[in-house]
Amino acid sequence: MTAAIETENLTKDFPVGFWRPRPYRALDNLTLQVEAGEVFGLLGPNGAGKSTTLKLLMQLLYPTRGTARILGRPVGDVSVRQRLGFLAENPYYYDYLTAEELLSYFAKLFGYRGDDVPTRVTRVLDEAGLGAERRMRLRQFSKGMLQRVALAQALINDPEVVFLDEPMSGLDPLGRKQVRDLILRLRARGCTVFFCSHILSDAEALCSRVAIMAQGKMVASGKLVEILAFELKGWELVVANVTGEARAELDKRARQVTPLADGRFMVDLPPTADPARLMHELSGRGIELVSLNPVRDTLEDYFVQTVAAAAPRQTGGV
Amino acid sequence: MRAVFLVAGAVFKESVRDRVPYGMVMFAVLMIAASYLISQLTAGQDLKIIKDLGLAALSIFGLLIAVFIGIGLVSKEVEKKSVFGLLAKPVTRAQFILGKYLGLVLTLAVNLVVMTVAFYLVLFYMDMTMPAMVKAGWPAPAPDPRLLIAIGLIVAELALVTAVALFFSTFSSPLLSALLTLGLWVAGHFNSDLRRFENVVDVPAAAWVARGLYYVLPNLAPFNVKAEVVYGMPVSATHVGYTLLYALVYISVLLTAATAIFRRRDFK
Ligand SMILES: Nc1ncnc2c1ncn2[C@@H]1O[C@H](COP(=O)(O)OP(=O)(O)O)[C@@H](O)[C@H]1O
Ligand SMILES: [Mg+2]
Repeated sequence: MTAAIETENLTKDFPVGFWRPRPYRALDNLTLQVEAGEVFGLLGPNGAGKSTTLKLLMQLLYPTRGTARILGRPVGDVSVRQRLGFLAENPYYYDYLTAEELLSYFAKLFGYRGDDVPTRVTRVLDEAGLGAERRMRLRQFSKGMLQRVALAQALINDPEVVFLDEPMSGLDPLGRKQVRDLILRLRARGCTVFFCSHILSDAEALCSRVAIMAQGKMVASGKLVEILAFELKGWELVVANVTGEARAELDKRARQVTPLADGRFMVDLPPTADPARLMHELSGRGIELVSLNPVRDTLEDYFVQTVAAAAPRQTGGV
Repeated sequence: MRAVFLVAGAVFKESVRDRVPYGMVMFAVLMIAASYLISQLTAGQDLKIIKDLGLAALSIFGLLIAVFIGIGLVSKEVEKKSVFGLLAKPVTRAQFILGKYLGLVLTLAVNLVVMTVAFYLVLFYMDMTMPAMVKAGWPAPAPDPRLLIAIGLIVAELALVTAVALFFSTFSSPLLSALLTLGLWVAGHFNSDLRRFENVVDVPAAAWVARGLYYVLPNLAPFNVKAEVVYGMPVSATHVGYTLLYALVYISVLLTAATAIFRRRDFK
């Protein structure tokens, strides 16, 4: 089986500076493959080059170097777009159209005719969770509502491959959950999903594989659990009703004790601590346990580490 | 081809929902009506004033619609990034440009039809109310069908100006595009003077530049047959035919160039 998406040494330089434009490398030699049916996450902090990658894949940008293929065809092939869906970052559509009109315009561009058009429009708008407001002009839409319209339009043609740039941005918690469920439904249908995010919990819940980018370069790829050492880094304990004596005891054992509101304290314990025993000892002194959480490496930590490790940003150089 | 018509339809819908052209059409209709009042002040004698002003209104307001909507069309899509959603569909960039162009020409044509109807209503009213004695002194009847020749050439000229506006807006900012298009429109009307300039100056370089500009800049003077029509002078069919052909060729070249530029463009 050929890969659904493949890029080879994909590189993009932007000229920056007005008088003496120099190339600024937004994407540096990206080589990756996404198999059909995968949910693939392209992760990285802001400015990592995720949107640039997506735009290159949709041929909104032309690469400085390298190639990209989707469903076995070069990205310039317009006919392959028949089978793709794309959600841009911060999407914007025509103010003067209603959500329904926009969607039927797009459905017709995909070649659908007659009753098929309103049927599809209704289905994808339902799927994206848009209610009666679908009859309003897009001018009156909030950011979150527009995001839903954008999701709907990416699905109008039952795509085989969907590209989503920050699909959860601007959505409320319920909306985020809906999008997550939607991506899972797409996966169940066998659709390949390629999405970008800097929000890591989204990726953790959804992706079969990820690539992590920083400053235009891919710094890691593979299964999330393989990339991240999910080792225990410590414990976070919140306690109440702390006497002076108990406080001294906590100070001795903890890496840090931070006073919170209402006489509570947050206690940062090293991974070697045995919180069960500690609590047992402390409860004899009348301390109340509010919460106890293990602290593990998260993608955020990983970002912070990789970004800190990377050399200061370079411009130029081909 | 279906994609082209769909894009054109969307452009038309946008301009119908945009209130700007209504304003312009209203203004033009008002101007035509006002010209009638002016002619009343001059004792109803001067039918020519009405025709002159009416045709001028058509051409100026048509130009404003062509420039201001035409330039917004492409650059606004690129600036606001709605183009991302559209070009991710099975639509080539050439279809996009052609669709935008046809939609705009359709919009212009509809606006001009509205203005023309208003214009003829005034002329018919004039024809009905004037005594036969006054009418006998007119060089042409009031609701002269030959006015349609002048209006047809105005539409052709506007179609050309629209192509110029679209061409500029594929690579420069809206403001710059508007200035360049208006500049070219002015230059286009004085283009024939460049030809004469050649005979006046001695410096060969200047003459060459003038000659080069003469061939590159659009020549809009032949599109203006307002005076001939108003004063009842003949306009030959060959003149009209050649002018339309000229417009067609010039428009094709501009759209080809616009597409070539747009096709290689990065959308950031
Ligand atoms: N048009 C542009 N001109 C110059 N630099 C750009 C342009 N677009 C993006 N960049 C730069 O390229 C880098 C990657 O941007 P982007 O792909 O949007 O990042 P991400 O989507 O991962 O946040 C950023 O440092 C950004 O500043
Ligand atoms: Mg981005």
